[in-house]
Amino acid sequence: MIVAFITRAIMQAIPLLYGSTGEIITEKSGHLNLGTAGVMYVGGICGVIGAFMYETHTSSFNSVLAVLVPLLASVLGSAIMGLIYAVLTVTLRANQNVTGLALTTFGVGFGNFFGGSLIKLSGNTEIPSIALSNTSNAFRTTLPFADKLGVIGKLLFSYSFLAYAAIIIAFIATYYFNHTRSGLHLRAVGESPATADADGINVSAYKYGATIIGSVIAGLGGLYYVMDYANGVWSNDGFGDRGWLAIALVIFAIWRPNIGIIGSFVFGGLFIIHNYIPGLSMGAQEIFKMAPYVVTILVLIIVSTRKKRENLPPASLGLSYFREDR
Amino acid sequence: MSNNTGKKAHEPLFHIIKRNGLPFWKSWLIRILSVIAALIVCGIVIVFVTGENPLEMYKTMFEGAFGTERRRWGLMQDLAMLLCVSLAVTPAFKMKFWNIGAEGQVLIGGLATAACMILFGEKLSPYILYPLMICSSIIAGAVWAVIPAFFKAKWNTNETLFTLMMNYIAIQILSYFSYIWSNPKGSGKIGIINASSSAGWLPYIGNNKYLFNILIVLALTIFMYIYLKYSKHGYELSVVGESENTARYIGINVKKVIIRTMLLSGAICGIAGLLLVAGANHTVSSNAADGRGFTAIMVSWLAKFNPIYMILTSLLLVFLDKGATEISTTFSLNDSFSEIITGIIIFFIIGSEFFINYKIKFREKEVITKPETQETVKEGNEQ
Repeated sequence: MIVAFITRAIMQAIPLLYGSTGEIITEKSGHLNLGTAGVMYVGGICGVIGAFMYETHTSSFNSVLAVLVPLLASVLGSAIMGLIYAVLTVTLRANQNVTGLALTTFGVGFGNFFGGSLIKLSGNTEIPSIALSNTSNAFRTTLPFADKLGVIGKLLFSYSFLAYAAIIIAFIATYYFNHTRSGLHLRAVGESPATADADGINVSAYKYGATIIGSVIAGLGGLYYVMDYANGVWSNDGFGDRGWLAIALVIFAIWRPNIGIIGSFVFGGLFIIHNYIPGLSMGAQEIFKMAPYVVTILVLIIVSTRKKRENLPPASLGLSYFREDR
Repeated sequence: MSNNTGKKAHEPLFHIIKRNGLPFWKSWLIRILSVIAALIVCGIVIVFVTGENPLEMYKTMFEGAFGTERRRWGLMQDLAMLLCVSLAVTPAFKMKFWNIGAEGQVLIGGLATAACMILFGEKLSPYILYPLMICSSIIAGAVWAVIPAFFKAKWNTNETLFTLMMNYIAIQILSYFSYIWSNPKGSGKIGIINASSSAGWLPYIGNNKYLFNILIVLALTIFMYIYLKYSKHGYELSVVGESENTARYIGINVKKVIIRTMLLSGAICGIAGLLLVAGANHTVSSNAADGRGFTAIMVSWLAKFNPIYMILTSLLLVFLDKGATEISTTFSLNDSFSEIITGIIIFFIIGSEFFINYKIKFREKEVITKPETQETVKEGNEQ
């Protein structure tokens, strides 16, 4: 049962990890994108649209294409969401919180709308519901030797490629922030855009890049959820509040993607622990579901009271930069 | 001066400068234009999705919002509730305290009201019950808001994320009590409270369920307008919002202002919860606030924190919501359609603020360097 718990927890963790890695990259550039929840919905539904188009229009089903088409659709969809956010907050200097919330409204609406109306819109009335089992199976291809290694195989190798990709992306992001010049520039932009600007760093380009790449990574979390966790079945509001939980995870990880990996596993565990404690009443389960949020608040308080410089959020987080402002 | 050296510094095609104060009518012209542009884009989306004539669609939207007497009252009620939450978040925003936890504050206020109705509804006389409901909802909302405010004041803890997390804690507490008080037992839903005795229900005015709510919110709107514009408190919180250092310099106790303002903000959210539970739904569930805590932020911000304009902006958002819902039922589409339309319109309005606050200055045409202009430049140099 413990093995089952850990594997389920990790499957819960992966969308959160994608979301938080993406959000960390965006926040490092000084932009608090509260639209991550919406971006993840869009990433998921664009993957679904891509897969739906592919499954209904192809006669010979090819697994590689079945993965590539939804993947590209998802990346494109979330990149557009990131672009909308970047145009509004970087170029037009709109308020980041308001823009983010509007993006979430739009994204969640977009996801639920197309999730609920895709079949009607496609004009194909023979299909009862969107169940992309073929595509989902293609996404869930696991390493061939996973089954042969018993418990270790189940714990370490039983996940799909997107799960490993999430962890690799988080490590790459950590390396990027700490060991590359461009990563240093990005952090400088987030800490003090005026200083970075004076140093000749193209502030807007970094902000755009970080927002769009962050959105794409977050969107993959939505794709993973639909294709892998939910077996290719889209249900409206099924993704739930994971987008907000991903933002919480950013704080838990104190803006470090590598801590985010462990953090996401902890969150994933906390998210489902109520199913694994025997003898809980329905009401008590609801109390247990509070755990990730309470933990986040505790981390938030501890980080703010200790005031260690490397643990604080980027100094200019939430502020838009206007060169001619003093 | 650099022009006459022959080496021209690279000058960008345009640059952006801040406007200082655009005339009132011009700024509203820009906003109205942006709404029109947004409606055109929405029209294109509608045509793309449904293949219908967009003008017909806007007519359908109008019908959906104002078509019948019942719809008009429903619109007014939704408008009042959204406005109430918006009024609650406004003083905090003016102070640059990003309270995105209004959702949770409303829910906790609603839960406190429901608790009073369930536990004491049929035991206490109405003269004790109503004050008890009012007090407990206000206190519950205020407590929920003041926890993040306390940490913000004391350790500068990030309030955006703190209040966001408080939402989910409120939702889970509410779900917990939904099981405790579920009716019928085990359904996980509270159901209509005191359906037979209607104890604790807010009074109907002339057979109208919503009029009482609407009047309360109207009074709150006027109160908030005066509070922000003419009271000392309102002045202090706007100074804190502009610059905490300035506030400290002129002797304002910033911590006190933060906590006091959030107490007020939470208290009004608690009242919104009271009105929703006792005045409209007569039950409470985790989606009772219906995302209003988030929508309220947009309402308040679009209205530039002015309570009177907020009536207009919340009308706009409620109208979009009702109208787009009508479209989706007419064309049997998913009712999330309204969120897409709302999103697009807000993007445009947010974007238009840029053109109100800034102006784009294009590079001026290069001056053809004639001998005499060089003379004048030289003279300038000698001086």
